Amino acid sequence: MAIGFTVNGKQVNVEAEADTPLLWVLREDLALTGTKFGCGIAACGACSVHVDGELTRSCSVPVSDIAGKAVTTIEGLKSDDGALHAVQQAWIDAQVPQCGYCQSGQIMAAVALIERTGTPSDTQIDEAMTNICRCGTYPRIRAAILAATGQAAANIQGEA
Amino acid sequence: MADNPNPNIDETDAIPAQVPAKKKGVKRRIFLAGSALLVGGGVFGLYWSDSNAGKHARALTETGAGERNFLTWMKIAPDDTVTVYSPHIDFGQGTHTALGQMLADELDADWSKVRVEQAPADMAFANTPLVKSFLGEMSGYPGVISALPAALMGMLARSQKIQITGGSSAVRFTGQGGMRVVGAAVRAALIEEAADRLGVPAGELTTADSAVTHAASGRSLRYGELAAGAAGRSLASDPVLKSRAEWKLINKPVIRRDIPAKVDGSAIYGIDLSLPDMRVATIAAAPVRGGKLEAVDEAPALAVPGVEKVVKLDDAVIVVAKGYWQALKGLNALSPKFTDGGNGAMSTPSIYAAQDKLREAGKPDNTAGDGDVDAAFKAAGDKVISADYRVPFLHHAMMEPFALTAHFKDGKLTLWGGLQDPLGARDRAAKAAGIDMDDVIFNPMIMGGGFGRRFPPMTEIIDQAALLAKQVPYPVKLVWSREEEVRHGTYRPQSSARLKATLENGRIAAWQNDYVQGDNAEGEVGFIYEVPATARRHFAYKSNQNDGPWRSVNSTQHGFYNESFVDELAYAAGEDPFAFRRKHLPEGSRHRKVLETVAERAGWGSPLPEGVGRGIAIVESFGTIVAEVVEATVKEDGSPKVLKAFAVVDCGTTVNPLNAEAQIAGGIIMGLSSAIGEAITLDNGAVVESNFSDYNVLKLADAPPVIDVHFIESDAAMGGIGEPGLPPASPALANALLAATGKRIRTLPLLQQAKA
Repeated sequence: MAIGFTVNGKQVNVEAEADTPLLWVLREDLALTGTKFGCGIAACGACSVHVDGELTRSCSVPVSDIAGKAVTTIEGLKSDDGALHAVQQAWIDAQVPQCGYCQSGQIMAAVALIERTGTPSDTQIDEAMTNICRCGTYPRIRAAILAATGQAAANIQGEA
Repeated sequence: MADNPNPNIDETDAIPAQVPAKKKGVKRRIFLAGSALLVGGGVFGLYWSDSNAGKHARALTETGAGERNFLTWMKIAPDDTVTVYSPHIDFGQGTHTALGQMLADELDADWSKVRVEQAPADMAFANTPLVKSFLGEMSGYPGVISALPAALMGMLARSQKIQITGGSSAVRFTGQGGMRVVGAAVRAALIEEAADRLGVPAGELTTADSAVTHAASGRSLRYGELAAGAAGRSLASDPVLKSRAEWKLINKPVIRRDIPAKVDGSAIYGIDLSLPDMRVATIAAAPVRGGKLEAVDEAPALAVPGVEKVVKLDDAVIVVAKGYWQALKGLNALSPKFTDGGNGAMSTPSIYAAQDKLREAGKPDNTAGDGDVDAAFKAAGDKVISADYRVPFLHHAMMEPFALTAHFKDGKLTLWGGLQDPLGARDRAAKAAGIDMDDVIFNPMIMGGGFGRRFPPMTEIIDQAALLAKQVPYPVKLVWSREEEVRHGTYRPQSSARLKATLENGRIAAWQNDYVQGDNAEGEVGFIYEVPATARRHFAYKSNQNDGPWRSVNSTQHGFYNESFVDELAYAAGEDPFAFRRKHLPEGSRHRKVLETVAERAGWGSPLPEGVGRGIAIVESFGTIVAEVVEATVKEDGSPKVLKAFAVVDCGTTVNPLNAEAQIAGGIIMGLSSAIGEAITLDNGAVVESNFSDYNVLKLADAPPVIDVHFIESDAAMGGIGEPGLPPASPALANALLAATGKRIRTLPLLQQAKA
């Protein structure tokens, strides 16, 4: 079936089986591979995107449910002039990623948390940041969220 | 020190490079002489002098106008850009940055103009220094060799077909024995070239920021101008390297260059590859390892829209479709029949029972140690202290499920994906496809984690993709579902141990470890305490599962055994666990200093709230000593909660302190995760767990919010950094929970035990 929605502000119309998860439409039909496949059962969060502003695990949402909605992926976080989102910059400043595979999802979750709470507390970070990172970057993820919301200095200084 | 870039690191002068008892007789390839580090001339091996390999490497790398390659390791472009070729994969452990720092520092290159690239999967870039260093370690310290059991031995037997990333080896072997020496040798050649061009003695020239300068005349030549002439000169194989005081990049915090592409979604991993006309496939292998595919009706899959083909392998069925979702739907529509290969009775309890029986039979396959433990145990009679420990299979759980793209055309097989040994991948693919290795091209891509899972000898997806590609005319990307990935791992082996000891006057008089697992852990896992009689007895046991190296390899379970049991002995002696360990470590040793430092930083002995306990552990692995203190409690639901973690690390020197801190913290979290919740269990020969729903990887809320990591810097031989943070974490946590609850946990994971 034909399904229309917007991705990162642009209207798209895709031909897909109704039950195809949004994740695979993004990755294979729209070539937006920044959104990752991790588990397929909404357990790890690597596929996190925003749908009408709501944090959504795209591996477990059929694309037919997305018709007429607005999807934002990691590729859509930059501003129109190409400047990084404050959370992306905080991730670089804190040198968060190791293998990096889960970080698109982590960043999408952090942006949603900050949009909802303004300045999230440690408890709110604990409750909201449920994405899995196997490299164990959790302390730097927390530090980056605190820095992005002005609650701590980005304390990593290094030679570029 | 005023110029110390990281306040967490103190600079300690003149710590003697201690050789622990277990390493007696080790011939170190890298040794200290005065303040300059010298490297033995033999380290370079084959490609230092092989002109054919040099020509071949030049053809592969001198792709831009005027570029000049040096010894397959680096090239210089006319605009001064230096490209460093890393034979190691960087899957987030920061290896490329660290290796670049080491070469660029010795070269006196302008860091802003240095790029680090993955070396091509080509024999000219085989990692000779690494092979030699592993062989060197084998002579007296076979640890890393047994760490990568049959796999690495097989690779060594295949001579130089090795570009391995593992064993925490990149920086300490390739970096120290390769990158620094090349940088220094090329710098010397650039100076010689400049001396001739300027008509001045070489001794009057200095180098900095990719230029050679003659201060007296104010003249200077850029590296880009000198490269062509320098490339024709013979290079010294034993140049004098910089002393610590001269370092500008080594041991300095340097920002990793791969990070920007990992925060905006532009980094392309193996699973992200798309090629014209490409199809996507997914697979189900026999649920019981060792089983074969008996029969499958292909029709239900072929009825799914988008499905194009069903491919049967000896032990698996593959569905090929336009996209992953269609392939998965097609696969799920099938009802393949598999045999169990005679392994249908294998289960987690049956493995432990078989291991117990083997140990009770009392005939070890390997024995090591000093002194007469039997006499000590006999004399102690009923005062012998004994405890049994058990650890489960562990899954690597790399976040990117396996994906490998293959295209077979005109007798040649081209592969794209992320594996921990690109040359080994070519070798295995060639064997699977029945073609020559020269007809296999492997394109390394970045990887979403690895942790030991991506070594070609344990990586069936290479065979699967090669066999699949031979049956289809187009490129095909084979993607494993998470379920396939969880159930067909090469796990950290399920294993067990009985520890025995006697105490005399508050000291350990005898210590014995009877452990059951596939490989002999001797060498990799040593014993750091001063005890007059020790015995380590290995009982070899193999289940139907593939044993594999899992981050920190044998040190995971042996760290847990040894550091839990020494804690039990401290309590039996009525002594503080820190003080008890301390008095068994040699006075003035690096080990004792690491232990004392972590106790001091963690406030060992200071009061804690009710219900909170503190645990300590110290493990040496991959040439690095790490001590950790964990503060933990038990939540209302009975599950453990880690509140704080402290680590003190002596790896000689860190190359990039920023990254080393991340590696240690990440290792601690992976160690805590495995101790708390992770287990692969078997029932009727098959893996029970299926996905992250039942394989419990630690999440942010359960990780310590901040991990205090401190490095002790010295001139001791450089140790690894990717793996050594992990082993002390699980015993430190178990010891903390004992202090908090009075309950000693000897079987992992803790979650099952705490709730039992």
